[in-house]
Amino acid sequence: MKTRSPLMSLMVAMAKGFVRDKMTLFWSVAFPLMFLVLFGGIFTDQGAAKLDVVQVGQVSVLDDLPKPAREALGEGFTVEKRESLDAALQKLKDGDIDGVVTQQGDDVVIHFSAADQVKAAQVQGWFSGLVQVANQAATDSPPKFRLKTEQVEDEGLKQIQYVTPSLLGWAVAMSAAFGAALNLVSWRVNGLLRRLRLAPIRTSSVVMARVGVSLVVALGQAAIFIGLATALFGLKLSGWWPLVIPLLAAGTLAFLSIGMLGGAISKTEEGAIGLANFIVLPMAFLSGSFFPLDGAPKWLQIISNCLPLKHLNQGMLDVMVRDQGPSAIVLPMIILLGFALVLGGIAAKLFRWDT
Amino acid sequence: MGASINVEGLVMTYGSLRAVDDISFAVGPGEFFGLLGPNGAGKTTTLETVEGLRKATAGRVDIDGFDPWKRQPELQRRIGVQLQASSFFERLTAREQLSTFAALYGIGPERADELLEQVGLVEKAGDPVEKLSGGQKQRLSIACALVHDPEVLFLDEPTAALDPQSRRNLWDFLQGLNDSGRTVVLTTHYMEEAETLCDRVAIIDHGRILELDTPDALIRGLDVPTRISLEPEAIGLDEARALPGALDVQQTAGSVVIETREPGPLLAELASRDALAGLAVSKGTLEDVFLSRTGREYRES
Repeated sequence: MKTRSPLMSLMVAMAKGFVRDKMTLFWSVAFPLMFLVLFGGIFTDQGAAKLDVVQVGQVSVLDDLPKPAREALGEGFTVEKRESLDAALQKLKDGDIDGVVTQQGDDVVIHFSAADQVKAAQVQGWFSGLVQVANQAATDSPPKFRLKTEQVEDEGLKQIQYVTPSLLGWAVAMSAAFGAALNLVSWRVNGLLRRLRLAPIRTSSVVMARVGVSLVVALGQAAIFIGLATALFGLKLSGWWPLVIPLLAAGTLAFLSIGMLGGAISKTEEGAIGLANFIVLPMAFLSGSFFPLDGAPKWLQIISNCLPLKHLNQGMLDVMVRDQGPSAIVLPMIILLGFALVLGGIAAKLFRWDT
Repeated sequence: MGASINVEGLVMTYGSLRAVDDISFAVGPGEFFGLLGPNGAGKTTTLETVEGLRKATAGRVDIDGFDPWKRQPELQRRIGVQLQASSFFERLTAREQLSTFAALYGIGPERADELLEQVGLVEKAGDPVEKLSGGQKQRLSIACALVHDPEVLFLDEPTAALDPQSRRNLWDFLQGLNDSGRTVVLTTHYMEEAETLCDRVAIIDHGRILELDTPDALIRGLDVPTRISLEPEAIGLDEARALPGALDVQQTAGSVVIETREPGPLLAELASRDALAGLAVSKGTLEDVFLSRTGREYRES
């Protein structure tokens, strides 16, 4: 057997301690994955939801539709024929269907419910299109303009595209901050730090070992997250996705420094866990890890922009699903490394070998 | 092999408390030196200052010419330290603890098995440290201090919290530690431990050294009478009081205790009367030394 370097032996010791601790493993890997499955599952189903429309009586724009157009309809709409208008309207009010269509003379009448405005708008828009097509066909001349639509994002508005980078950011933040804080405090409490102080190793070796282990853990989390989201929920990565590696590395350093600071302040392991939770959980919400903050009030967005996780999430979204190149990670990297430098510096000042 | 230690005028204050109050001593190469005193006497603070874990408020500490407060690899390779708390890497096995510590000193993992053998933990090699008993943890932590075969070994209360049987087992092991000429410094609050293991003992109380000598010399220097105890049936109380040289006679549960400064004639007299049933003779102990110097009863807790 080969003699390991002090740095390597400390890393191996930390890594073994991490892997053998079922609780830590659960919180840093299994727990965020549960969220991924939860969010991924929910939003994938919603994306496939169809609009249900009930047709009462003759509606020529629908009835005269050529067969291929009719089939194409089937993808987003189901049209059901019913006799009673009142019964159909009642179903609409109850929210069981999304629209009722009738024809009075040349007027195509759409009944909609204001309870679900998104679906109401979809139904109206779609029928307005149908009427245009029918009008144009009535003129017996070929259409002059045609509308082509192209979405900016890859495929659909699949939530998994948003959820994977954001939850990964949260998971990495959590394990880096908790790992560093707990490690530091428990080694100080059990006296191991003092013992290490008497060994012929550099102080920085202890810190570097922690950095190394956290980086490996973060990359492992990324591999599991991206692999699972791709395999199960149809995540589609853009070409620049490997840029998550430098981004995650910078993010890990930033959250490590938060953890180190927490570990330097806390006297007990329980205190360290509490402090890390107190910082990481609100930060995850405010950084859009669980839901987008585009609709949030201005002041909340300002707070959000002061948090390192927000910039990690932003950068990861850009390179993983928005197909942006290296320039997209420059600013996030600078901000994350800045956090790491400042907080790490404070943590080093407050560092104690002893309780 | 074997380092020498010099401590001169060591003072450690915490606020208004003088935890260590002008302590001086020297330990020679290969010596087994004990710091003995009740809890809170200042022995651990003294030891930790010598190890380099604390900076002295005043005074000087020197190990083979090095100042231990300055972290220097040349010195760190010479000293082995077992800390009071059992300081281990969480969830690592006994062997992994040793091979990790060995690597910190640039020593290969094969050293771990040597040490496991030496401290009798071969069967526990694959057990996580959390599953070891108190005595096994103590032995492992001493083994961790020995990975780099240091010239001086510091042991802080190595047998604290052990049952009497485990303590005696550990003494056997500790006695061999300075055979190779290694210097050993230990703190203990067990008088018996200091008497058994140490070449010289410093008795510390309230941050000061009360006495410093070999255990035998300390006890000899004591002006305490010899205690002779017998079965109650061997001799009557009045008869005992009339014995030549008898100073004080007491009846305790299960024995008659006679104190004397001339045990020879008294024992001869007892023998001639064939009254030696249950005979036990005891001279003073370090506890008596403590008692005579402080006027306080020594309590091992």
